[in-house]
Amino acid sequence: MKPSKTSFDWRKVTESRLFFPFVALALILLFDLIFIPGFFHLEIKQGHLYGNLIDVLRNSAPTIMLAMGMTLVIATGGIDLSVGAVMAIAASTACIMLNPNLVGLKLADVTREADPAYSASPLFLVFLVPLIISAICGLWNGLLVAYGKIQPMVATLILMIAGRGIAQLVTNAIKIIIYNGTFLQLGNGWLFLLPAALYIAAIVFAIAWVATRKTSLGMFIESVGINSRSSFFSGINEKKIKLIAYVFCGVCAGIAGLVAVSSIRTSDANQVGLYFELDAILAVIIGGTLLSGGRFSLLASAIGALVIQATTTSSLAIGVPASALIAVKAVVVIVVILLYSQQVRDFLRKITSRTKQKEVKS
Amino acid sequence: MAETGNEIVSMKGIYKSFPGVLALENVDFTLRSGEIHALVGENGAGKSTLIKVLTGVERPDKGLVSLDGKDVSIRSPQHAQEMGISTVYQEVNLCLNLTVAENILIGREPRKWGSIDWKTMNTRAGQILQGLEINIDVTQTLGSCSIAVQQMAAIARAFEISSAKILILDEPTSSLTIHETEQLFGVMRKLKNEGMAIIFITHFLDQVYEVADRITVLRNGKLVGTYNTSMLPRLELITKMIGRTLTEFNEMTHLKLESSQHIKGDKLLQAKGLGRSGSIEPFDLELHAGEVVGLAGLLGSGRTEIAQLLFGIDKPDTGSINMDGKPVRDFSPIGSIERGVALCPEDRKVAGIVADLTVRENIILAMQASLGWFKHLSMQKQYEIADKYIKLLNISTPSADQQVKNLSGGNQQKVILARWLATNPRLLILDEPTRGIDVGTKAEIQKLVLSLAEEGMSCMFISSELEEVLRTSHRIVVLRDHEKVTEYTGDVGERKIMKSIAGSD
Repeated sequence: MKPSKTSFDWRKVTESRLFFPFVALALILLFDLIFIPGFFHLEIKQGHLYGNLIDVLRNSAPTIMLAMGMTLVIATGGIDLSVGAVMAIAASTACIMLNPNLVGLKLADVTREADPAYSASPLFLVFLVPLIISAICGLWNGLLVAYGKIQPMVATLILMIAGRGIAQLVTNAIKIIIYNGTFLQLGNGWLFLLPAALYIAAIVFAIAWVATRKTSLGMFIESVGINSRSSFFSGINEKKIKLIAYVFCGVCAGIAGLVAVSSIRTSDANQVGLYFELDAILAVIIGGTLLSGGRFSLLASAIGALVIQATTTSSLAIGVPASALIAVKAVVVIVVILLYSQQVRDFLRKITSRTKQKEVKS
Repeated sequence: MAETGNEIVSMKGIYKSFPGVLALENVDFTLRSGEIHALVGENGAGKSTLIKVLTGVERPDKGLVSLDGKDVSIRSPQHAQEMGISTVYQEVNLCLNLTVAENILIGREPRKWGSIDWKTMNTRAGQILQGLEINIDVTQTLGSCSIAVQQMAAIARAFEISSAKILILDEPTSSLTIHETEQLFGVMRKLKNEGMAIIFITHFLDQVYEVADRITVLRNGKLVGTYNTSMLPRLELITKMIGRTLTEFNEMTHLKLESSQHIKGDKLLQAKGLGRSGSIEPFDLELHAGEVVGLAGLLGSGRTEIAQLLFGIDKPDTGSINMDGKPVRDFSPIGSIERGVALCPEDRKVAGIVADLTVRENIILAMQASLGWFKHLSMQKQYEIADKYIKLLNISTPSADQQVKNLSGGNQQKVILARWLATNPRLLILDEPTRGIDVGTKAEIQKLVLSLAEEGMSCMFISSELEEVLRTSHRIVVLRDHEKVTEYTGDVGERKIMKSIAGSD
């Protein structure tokens, strides 16, 4: 029999914020280990690591980025439904700046456009302008929610719907193929064996973590999410805090949009970031942040994003048709939501304390 | 008192405890048909718990409830309604976007061929309201009616549900104008004459004397007594509501005398003609360093409103504040904190604690807010501050990392106090700092206030317990009906202040 000390530690682990996201991820990987031969197979080709695991990491990068911003917004007690549309706006903006000729129907010489070195605007602007526009989108959401006192779901629904239209307008509803080599690196490049997108996700994560945990912003966000009236009485400008969260979320969506459009090599305002807002929200929920706001963990949200992508990749690997993927995700959601409900937690606690008692008896 | 009849409700020896508090202790209560019975007492006296026991929301731990002489056990609000008890709660919980008729008859709409018979519904609702002497168009939405009419609709609805014998009105007049209140009283008298038994809960003593036949006074969960209104002078009623305990009186007097020598002459804060329509009439006020100023008055008399104006929660419509001789322009909590003003708010749960944050985070919250989020206090510094105040205020918590929601009410209050002391305020406003906490902690907080004043802090002490205000304050400002009535300095008798509060000479 184990000494009872370890069972005490066990309980501490189960109460941890990271416990359930990790369990979920482990369960999915365990499933893969048993049912999908070769899922864990990794090999190095031309200096790149290849394998299903790497696919999971690379494909989850945009969701991780979105989840960072979404975590902060949800922690303030809000929600941002517009991130998918903002991704599309950022993607369209970047593409039009790279190659405006196709839209204007000026049939300039095609060879020059297909040149990987060609960009109509300075490259740093191609990255910067979409992010500024994304920040403005976030600002718009934040102003509606914090200063307009509109319910977050309604306020961000506006941009969710209008955003795709705006993205269409930007490119005149034409799909633009990306040839620029540097830009393509975002979604397709590699660095030290790993995909470049993963590094970008890591940087976004690091920035979000430093901004919230190395300053007091994180505590203020949590405080506003738990009790905005108390926070106001304590001198916290709760409107400004909310605004910051939405702007940050917008910028995250912009970055995710650039990475996503780069990896599919074509700007398509109807496809880029479609349904990504749901994945981002789901990642945050799996990460254990309550939709009512309050305590949050960026790492848990990032793991949540991995859980979602691992589910998708595994489903595809065992032959679930792409059209039925959403159904599989729904099952994952149900399981996660059940695990988080207080009833189920109390039940689990009862079980763990019962085994503890048994151990003590024996 | 037309036909004050038989005892329709009788509650005997009711006990009810919640974790940590004995809300009702051996309370008796009787209600006769055809009377308006006022239930009064300060906050936390147990009025609402008693009502909840009667309406089946809470079940008593001990005690007997009988209706019409038969012992009953009231299982749920639904059950209470079936037995003829209807309640109109303080907040009108009706649907403002539905019509008046729909609100009155919702759930029991008259039907015809399976669908709602609108014509019958509207006539019936109209009849019910006419019975209450109200003539309005029942097809307009409830939201477009005055609060009084909404209140009447709630009563009409309560009526409709059960053809009630007992009507409970919980603070029905708190949001009504004088005229609307008159209208409501008219209806109440009419119902009374028809034999209805009415329980009327209010904080406005004028209204008690206007309509009530009998008064039951509760204090700290205990019954003080039931009296005929005509036999109980107003002053005596207030004495009974507020009560008195003389413990530690001498020590406090001594402390107060000693600290009064440290009061500075120059003004720390000066309010001139400061007011906000709908919350407090314009008033003048001066606060000095080293002085404790008490605000006395009944609940709703404007005490909290003054505190919130001075701290910048609300912005004034008229008048000005000067602090250190300079006019204040930035009316916001953060501006106040920077000026050295702190407010320990009235409602601990709603405006005080941040439940899911730890004790440490709650303590440093206001201090960190004034620093801004870039000047992040290091973990070590945070623990230092938290531990210092945990020790200083004797906060009993397993550690600074405990979530504040797990602490008892008194300790939560101390955490809020610590939050504000950590900002090094020069003016500390305490709004009901001792509400709902045990006697020992109360005394601790009172002493703390005096010792802070002795160190040169200016304090404003607000409490419903007059005796507590008297004990801790060097100067007392009396409020009545959203107006500053008068000011007393030095030793004043409790009687004199009670007279000012009551408005009788």
